[in-house]
Amino acid sequence: MQAVYIIWLRQLKRYLRSKSRIVGSLGQPLLFLVALGFGLGPVFQKAGGGNYLDFLAPGIISMGILFTALFSGIEIIWDRQFGFLKEMMVAPVSRLQIMVGRTLGGATVAVIQGIIVFLLAFLVGFRPEYLTAWTFLLALVFMFLIAVLFTALGTAIASQLDDMQGFQLIMNFVVMPLFFLSGALFPLNGLPSGIALVVKIDPLSYGVDGLRHALTGVAQFGFGTDLAVLALITAALLGLGTYLFSKTQI
Amino acid sequence: MPSSNEDIIKVSGLTKRFGDFTAVQNISFDVKHGEIFAFLGPNGAGKSTTIKMLTTVLRPTAGEIFLNGHDVARDALGARRSFGIVFQDPSLDDELTAYENIEFHGVLYGVERELGKQRAEQLLKFVELWDRRNDLVKGFSGGMKRRLEIARGLLHHPKILFLDEPTQGLDPQTRNHIWQYIQNLNKEEGITIFFTTHYMEEAEKVAQRVAVIDHGKIIESGTPDGLKSKTGTSSLEDAFLSLTGHELREEAATGADHMRAGAKVWGRH
Repeated sequence: MQAVYIIWLRQLKRYLRSKSRIVGSLGQPLLFLVALGFGLGPVFQKAGGGNYLDFLAPGIISMGILFTALFSGIEIIWDRQFGFLKEMMVAPVSRLQIMVGRTLGGATVAVIQGIIVFLLAFLVGFRPEYLTAWTFLLALVFMFLIAVLFTALGTAIASQLDDMQGFQLIMNFVVMPLFFLSGALFPLNGLPSGIALVVKIDPLSYGVDGLRHALTGVAQFGFGTDLAVLALITAALLGLGTYLFSKTQI
Repeated sequence: MPSSNEDIIKVSGLTKRFGDFTAVQNISFDVKHGEIFAFLGPNGAGKSTTIKMLTTVLRPTAGEIFLNGHDVARDALGARRSFGIVFQDPSLDDELTAYENIEFHGVLYGVERELGKQRAEQLLKFVELWDRRNDLVKGFSGGMKRRLEIARGLLHHPKILFLDEPTQGLDPQTRNHIWQYIQNLNKEEGITIFFTTHYMEEAEKVAQRVAVIDHGKIIESGTPDGLKSKTGTSSLEDAFLSLTGHELREEAATGADHMRAGAKVWGRH
């Protein structure tokens, strides 16, 4: 347990010390909130969708978590590159402990990032009447699930890569599609059936939907489905990530 | 538990192939309990590959390794509980302070808290980094990082200590100083030392037994004196050169080296 704790603490310290990374990673969510929130708001309202910012904010919070979590997982490549991974790999701790410590660390960082984006959204004008302390707690649960899921995915991907050369590929073919096809930006009703299917396969869709339900009371898949799907995929990816990581050689 | 006169490191038929290239070819050797053993060879001879297999981070193509009675292939965790290592390449976290790096190590290796604190202070003073303990490692010079790696490696007192070119890049004063400390550990706590170095006079002075590896094979092993008389030379350096020849060696770039180059392009560190 001590080993898991110190690995978790390390992730947190590294995050809190990289002030420029924290600030830098807020630019994109802010831009999305302002440009899309205000830009498409009137159209959305006229189409009978209601307040677009209320709809959009949970999606953008999910985006912040997705990016941070996936990157935290992929960061293991940096650890390998700067040699620190060796220090962990020869220590008398199991691969599972390393994986759990890293994943919880990455997930904690991603949830903090999610809360910061939530505050940004609040500043921009996101004030859902539905929100109470209790539903915010529920939102935190969903944020944490999204964070763990994508940190584990990041680790699984990173264990298959030797260097950061493939990073751009992952951004364009994994991260961006996961985000844009998650229902973070648009409602699901009336979508062409192809797109609707892709959205239903994208695990982030369930995270966004659950978070939206917790924050604004609107859900499309239903709260139980969201929780069940997220929990299941998270467990599977954690297992896969641990397995692939345990095969890592230096 | 193995008795004290049994071999603490047993390697037999160890082989590692990368595609067509055979880095380590059917090597066998034993290291006795409490011995100081030097593993010598030119660049690219297979030293680091062997150490990686011994320390459970690289799987052998064939052969067996027993560390302190634990089969590395079947009981990696048990083997890992038996050794400590100072790596040849950097393995510190630059974003942590010197003390945090030491502390992290202590927790991973289950060093009892108070003992860990005591040793951390003693070792950081020993390598003259105590005043810098709260500084981030990224601001350290190469020599300072090297000293910190050594201090960290000595924090927990394992049964076997692997040192992969531990004193590379350090001045003679520091090297002497560090070897004294390691010899002391060996004497007082009976820690077995397995090390590699390119400083032959260092090996001659501290090693009780040496093995010379070249092109993935062990070509000679014995005491430093034994090697000298076998080759008819007067120093271990001459014996080494007469065994391995004079031509220059290239070390194949590892994946990590490629990445390090890539990182510079990305502008991190």
